[in-house]
Amino acid sequence: MTTNQNALITLSASEAAEGLRNGDFTSEQLTQAHLDRIETTEGTAVDAEDRSLGKTGLNAFLHVNAEQALDDARQVDADRAAGKQLPPLAGVPIAVKDLIVTTGQPTTAASRMLEGWMSPYDATVVQKIREARLPILGKTNLDEFAMGSSTEHSAFGCTRNPWDLDRIPGGSGGGSAAAVSAFQAPLALGTDTGGSIRQPASVTGSVGVKPTYGSVSRYGVIAMASSLDQVGPVTRTVRDAAALHEVIGGYDARDSTSINEPAGPYLAEAEKGATEGGLKGLKIGVVKELTGDGFQSGVSQRFQESLELLRAAGAEIVEVSTPHFDHALGAYYLIMASEVSSNLAKYDGVRFGLRKLPEEGPVTIERVMSATRAAGFGPEAKRRIILGTYALSAGYYDAYYGSAQKVRTLVQRDFTNAFEQVDVLVSPTSPTTAFKLGEKTDDPVSMYLNDIATIPTNLAGVPAISVPAGLAPENGLPVGVQFMAPVKEDARLYRVGAGLEAALQQQWGGGLLDQLPDTESLIAARTQGSAK
Amino acid sequence: MSDEILSFDEAMAKYDPVLGFEVHVELNTKTKMFDDAPNAFGDEPNTNITPVSLGLPGVLPKVNGTAVESAIKLGLALGCDIAPVSHFARKNYFYPDTPKNFQTSQYDEPIAENGSVDIELEDGTQFTVEIERAHMEEDAGKLSHKGGAGRIQGAEYSLVDYNRSGVPLIEIVTRPIRGAGERAPELAKAYVKAIREIVKNLGISDARMERGNVRCDANVSLSPKGSETLGTRTETKNVNSMRAVERAVRYEICRHAAVLDAGEQIVQETRHWHEDTRETTSGRPKSDADDYRYFPEPDLVPVVTNAEWIERLRAELPEPPAERRRRLQADWGYSDEEFRDVVNAGVMTEIEETIAAGASASVARKWWMGEISRLAKVREIDPGDLGASPETVVELDGLIQEGKINDKIARQVLEHVVDGEGTPGEVVEKRGLAVVSDEGELSSAVDDALASMPDVAEKIRGGKVQAAGAVVGQVMKATRGQADAARVRELILEKLGVEG
Amino acid sequence: MTAITRDQVAHLAALAHIEMDETELESMSSELDGIVGAVQSVSAAPIDDVPPTSHPLPLSNAFREDVVGETLTNDEALNNAPDAEDGQFKVPAILDED
Repeated sequence: MTTNQNALITLSASEAAEGLRNGDFTSEQLTQAHLDRIETTEGTAVDAEDRSLGKTGLNAFLHVNAEQALDDARQVDADRAAGKQLPPLAGVPIAVKDLIVTTGQPTTAASRMLEGWMSPYDATVVQKIREARLPILGKTNLDEFAMGSSTEHSAFGCTRNPWDLDRIPGGSGGGSAAAVSAFQAPLALGTDTGGSIRQPASVTGSVGVKPTYGSVSRYGVIAMASSLDQVGPVTRTVRDAAALHEVIGGYDARDSTSINEPAGPYLAEAEKGATEGGLKGLKIGVVKELTGDGFQSGVSQRFQESLELLRAAGAEIVEVSTPHFDHALGAYYLIMASEVSSNLAKYDGVRFGLRKLPEEGPVTIERVMSATRAAGFGPEAKRRIILGTYALSAGYYDAYYGSAQKVRTLVQRDFTNAFEQVDVLVSPTSPTTAFKLGEKTDDPVSMYLNDIATIPTNLAGVPAISVPAGLAPENGLPVGVQFMAPVKEDARLYRVGAGLEAALQQQWGGGLLDQLPDTESLIAARTQGSAK
Repeated sequence: MSDEILSFDEAMAKYDPVLGFEVHVELNTKTKMFDDAPNAFGDEPNTNITPVSLGLPGVLPKVNGTAVESAIKLGLALGCDIAPVSHFARKNYFYPDTPKNFQTSQYDEPIAENGSVDIELEDGTQFTVEIERAHMEEDAGKLSHKGGAGRIQGAEYSLVDYNRSGVPLIEIVTRPIRGAGERAPELAKAYVKAIREIVKNLGISDARMERGNVRCDANVSLSPKGSETLGTRTETKNVNSMRAVERAVRYEICRHAAVLDAGEQIVQETRHWHEDTRETTSGRPKSDADDYRYFPEPDLVPVVTNAEWIERLRAELPEPPAERRRRLQADWGYSDEEFRDVVNAGVMTEIEETIAAGASASVARKWWMGEISRLAKVREIDPGDLGASPETVVELDGLIQEGKINDKIARQVLEHVVDGEGTPGEVVEKRGLAVVSDEGELSSAVDDALASMPDVAEKIRGGKVQAAGAVVGQVMKATRGQADAARVRELILEKLGVEG
Repeated sequence: MTAITRDQVAHLAALAHIEMDETELESMSSELDGIVGAVQSVSAAPIDDVPPTSHPLPLSNAFREDVVGETLTNDEALNNAPDAEDGQFKVPAILDED
């Protein structure tokens, strides 16, 4: 516990913002401290010639935007010195999942298809964080086009879990979660289609929120499955997530699925939940179908302890049943893959990105497109494109895509019924703690099962948060608890999440990440180990 | 299988044609269907585009509200039911002119369904074409093929311009049209003409076929005479003028008949019309690649209409063309035949505007049905596209009334006007085309003429007034037609002391 | 359960424009078979008379005013193009020679 304890990088975003306001340090110093941490924890390229092998360290970043971030930080410092009115998080740096387009630095979606592509426009959420004056540290690693639960499907090497470098950091947003939990960034943006914010948060001991569908703009977020995708905060505290959600949320005229209502307030709800008796009167439903069999024992144990703490904090805990969740995984994979097959059609080597000529035979556009897509997409992207093509094709549509859409209705009804009985629902975020790198890459179905608890919310559009619940006794790895709220009731998540967080931190005497092993030592040990 | 064709009469003796049309109408909105790039024709390639029109990673579509209202208006004008809820859908196929490799269209829930159009053939025969649906979608970009003969076959490579990509389209689909018999080609032309007239009248499209604002895919199949059995159909694309629609349908009928007569099967396929050779050629056959995997567009939300909205749009509809024709004929006092000729010549609106600009109904008709139509025919374009405006006609007529020019000169002036030399007044001025009205000059020209034909002069003096025509001719020749013939005649008679 | 055949995968790969060699076709068909086996229970769910849901929220009529916005310059448009000529995107021949 030495280098992790640098005073500036362990601050939460809210504490850092406070320090900046008080003049305790500058944004340039704060940003530099994080860039230094990135430098010492990312590791070096395994093979300078072959990016697909990743790095010796965390490999949470695909691109580090040091100069621009420092420029932006200095500008914030200058404006603050000049007495200008600044937004609350001004000067606190942030990392952005590389699925979200940015001008001035590359966006790859962790795919060879987009290597070297420079977006001529900023995503709406990027515009918002620029307006909020958050320096962007860089772009974080992910499974290619956000398809995966482990970051192993990145074309540029997997990200490593800072708790154990031989384990997955979750996916698809493993880069953002690893960056935040390993103190490379106090804040990050993620995207969540079936759990890509929450599951990585769960297995890295960080906080992740999937907001209500339509409450954060998707404009400029490279589409995986349009009816499921949502951008959200990745942070170390519930309070920070609430603050970041207020920055990125709200109506965007460019997104037809955007809800035309103001975002928040969330921060006030988080503060309310963290105060003594803040959960009084709150009725919490334990989802019967998302407990018990199939959940690792340490996960279940920490989950049960969390329920006790919630009860102690004044909440009423009841069990509710959502009978159709059993079909949710199938429906999710069919709908997601169908949309993927269409959304990824634009990557064809005509307007941007990779173009690959066929190795033999005539060079027609048809064959160039097929060769490009064969070379540009990794195996998981291809699997999902083929699955989606199948689910939508003539003769199969009704049985697969059509049925899945009807199951989607049933899952929504389950949520509606449940929320007639309780204010929020709760379950473990992920059935297991972080699994080993390579453990599930040859078994797509078992990888998909990891999403069992997170996907129902995406199907229904409801918001959910994952909050660290401690370490599993059997392996010392983080466990997450997920709360789910009705559509547009994201505020409830911050209240209950902050309530649980406060109770747990009181027990732990600090944040869970205070227990994170020293990253630099882990990297050094691993590098020496493999050198032998 | 050869492309032998049977004569039209032979084909008609054995088969009944069944037609169907898919007409694409490009709307004249300011922006595209799903993004705010300009919807404009003829600009530099790849300049009327946004990240959305290029389908860049991360972009999202947003529906043009004006385009939706145009679609509803068209639906109402076609007598369709407007859907209470209608969805957009993705039609998935790979083609380099389609940036997302899917077209955003409508599938099982179009904005308008179940309408009809009353068609009048040139001889006044009425026909009702039933409309199955009208739906909203987006246009594709434009490909130009390089190398080879500039055609897709044999080209070395192609260039893509996405300016047109995303331009709002409404596709109007008919139900199968039976019973047209030998009038089928004529009906085809009249149908496209009627659609063009409707969208022009609604003001929702520029409806210029030569720019592809209105494009027709014509489906043709043949049933054995008297049989209800539907034959295999072909879909002829790229039929982009009314004349071409008529010819393409006629050609396909004859071709189908020849194939069937030879005991062979019609291949269900897309065919391409070639205006130069006036033939269709085989495109690609319908295949598995036509599995478009339609599904609801997840990036767009449904269009939900209500009675209030629809009634507001209905109230904005202009007078329907058929009613308008009845009213105009009565106002102008044209006979049935005269009016039908005007309609068939496609100059009704032009005449209406010319009258509004100040000409009499007969003068307007004289010009639009006369010299303007003649010139347009020579140049193989529509009279409305010739470049003669209502103001041109009014000004020409004024110059004649004032005696500055005569009819013959006026026709020359018109030609110069449409060639872009300026207004009629400017052309007369620049080219010195005014009637010779200098009395002295005219008088001496008459004296010269009379002196050169003494025997004719003698005849006139003797009372044969009609012989003056020869002298007038001589004077006109001498003045290169720029004299006022009536005045010349007066002068001749005056000089010879004869009463006119 | 319908087994996904190699030929079916070849057809799907053609529709999806992804070139696949024999090895890939074989492995993809067995993987796809496993995945389809895991997800096809959806058709066994009690879905008779259940309407489909394609949007998570019941939003409608998200329209844009018909006003021209900012466009890309020709340079910006072609900046990322794999190949370009005369201000246009250049692509190989669309049809095979024959």
